[in-house]
Amino acid sequence: MTPSGQTSSAEQTRLEPPAVRFVLLGVALTFLGLFLVVPLAVVFAQAFSKGIHVYWAAIVDPDARHAICLTLVTALVSVPMNVVFGIAAAWAITKFEFRGKNILITLIDLPFTVSPVISGLIFVLLFGAQGAFGPWLSAHDIKIIFAVPGIILATTFITAPFVARELIPLMQSQGSEEEEAALSLGANGWQTFWRVTIPNIKWGLLYGVILCNARAMGEFGAVSVVSGHVRGRTNTMPLHVEILYNDYNFAGAFAVASLLAMLALATLALKKIVEWRVRQTLAEAERMASQGKIPA
Amino acid sequence: MRLRERSIIPGFGLTLGFSLTYLCLLVLIPLSMLFARTFSMTWTDFWNTVSGPRAIASYKLTFGASFAGASINAVFGLLVAWVLVRHRFWGRDLVDAMVDLPFALPTAVAGIALTAVYSSNGWIGRFLEPLGVKVAFTPLGVIVALTFIGLPFVVRTLEPVIEDLDAEVEEAAATLGATRWQTFVKVIFPGLLPALLTGFSLAFARALGEYGSVVFISGNMPMKTEIAPLLIMTKLEEYDYAGATAIAVTLLLVSFALLLFVNLLQWWSRRSRAT
Repeated sequence: MTPSGQTSSAEQTRLEPPAVRFVLLGVALTFLGLFLVVPLAVVFAQAFSKGIHVYWAAIVDPDARHAICLTLVTALVSVPMNVVFGIAAAWAITKFEFRGKNILITLIDLPFTVSPVISGLIFVLLFGAQGAFGPWLSAHDIKIIFAVPGIILATTFITAPFVARELIPLMQSQGSEEEEAALSLGANGWQTFWRVTIPNIKWGLLYGVILCNARAMGEFGAVSVVSGHVRGRTNTMPLHVEILYNDYNFAGAFAVASLLAMLALATLALKKIVEWRVRQTLAEAERMASQGKIPA
Repeated sequence: MRLRERSIIPGFGLTLGFSLTYLCLLVLIPLSMLFARTFSMTWTDFWNTVSGPRAIASYKLTFGASFAGASINAVFGLLVAWVLVRHRFWGRDLVDAMVDLPFALPTAVAGIALTAVYSSNGWIGRFLEPLGVKVAFTPLGVIVALTFIGLPFVVRTLEPVIEDLDAEVEEAAATLGATRWQTFVKVIFPGLLPALLTGFSLAFARALGEYGSVVFISGNMPMKTEIAPLLIMTKLEEYDYAGATAIAVTLLLVSFALLLFVNLLQWWSRRSRAT
């Protein structure tokens, strides 16, 4: 038997009989169809159910436009903050050995385990009228809860782990040899960071930013607690969807929701592209290492 | 012992200092407020709040529906992960990308979409209604929403483990005369179990705190379809900060316990894969 014949017969033993395979595939796709595709399709069907004019009117409505702006502003503030934090945390964790590193990693993951409602609640307890800083804030006429700063704070809390989480495993697998080489050749710290580290991590970083941004724009529970739902003032897009829906303006609610669904689809497409690039970068790093181009 | 080992790479103080300050200001201090608030309550007040009939009903629904959703995901998530890794079919990449939809789609959008699909005149609800199955505005609706948001956790945890399965063991089992089903039950499944449990726990933990996708489909009837995060929200709207905090602390402690369990599982799975 030829070697190729052997592998194909070996692969045969790892596959189910064709009939079973067909059933498994059918059940899996039906499940995904019912739970993922149908809800996504219904968003667009409902959005256009009253025609393109109603759809357009719901999106250019002043309250909707304000919600879109507030969502963009929130993401524009919280995503860059978490990018800086993510890079700093990943640098400290992957380039140095120190005590308590595992505790730091657990702390970074903490916001993922906190319910969105609780994430909002903690900021109400800090800055709300009855909160720890409440009296001081109201004496100085600063509003955080039921205002834009509260929305940004809660969103930043929720999305804090995303960038760090993508960068830590990537930078760990890349090691520090290239940085050490640059430094021993006389580059200073910032030059090394901008010219060596950033080009190496750019795809992983972009991946983290995409995920962080999707969550920042779509966050509902935490923002709902701190916003106070003031129409045209403290409503983000997801909150605007809720208000329209509760007003029985279904076509309008789904029209705004369809914008968020398109954001989700764009996120998935970008994610797929970047994932592919990250895999390429990693494969390249491995190949270089195995060829001995980087002294171990 | 020194705090850290020597390295020629600069920036240790800057990056660690910044990360710690950021985490303290944004995460630790706000979260500690939750516990500080709880300690200012008397024990009886705390106990009465967290063990009131409405609170108990909300825990039962939250835990029951989260468990049911995570179980559905364990079964179908394993199937989806298996099909995606082992089978080659047209559109596989598209299906693989779609699995992440619950991560990417804002929860409020998922909530109103699922409600529209499963309400009595919805695309799927209208076929279930004659069978006497009501999904929207019942506990079943809560399970549907929690299944939706938990799916990627199980699939994404299992995929790399299925990819890493040792081909030789399966081939050996087949050569020794095991049927495909026997090979799966006795050889493949035990290897997948730690990852399956991890995925299940992650989906379960996420479901416990979920709010956005559930509030629309559940109908929010106290004692019947009110989940614990919604009860926190209701208490906040009534300016009952102490009550909201007490229930939040209870929910948070359970989530932390689950996270600890997941970490133990991952340690167990690393150890069993190493041997």
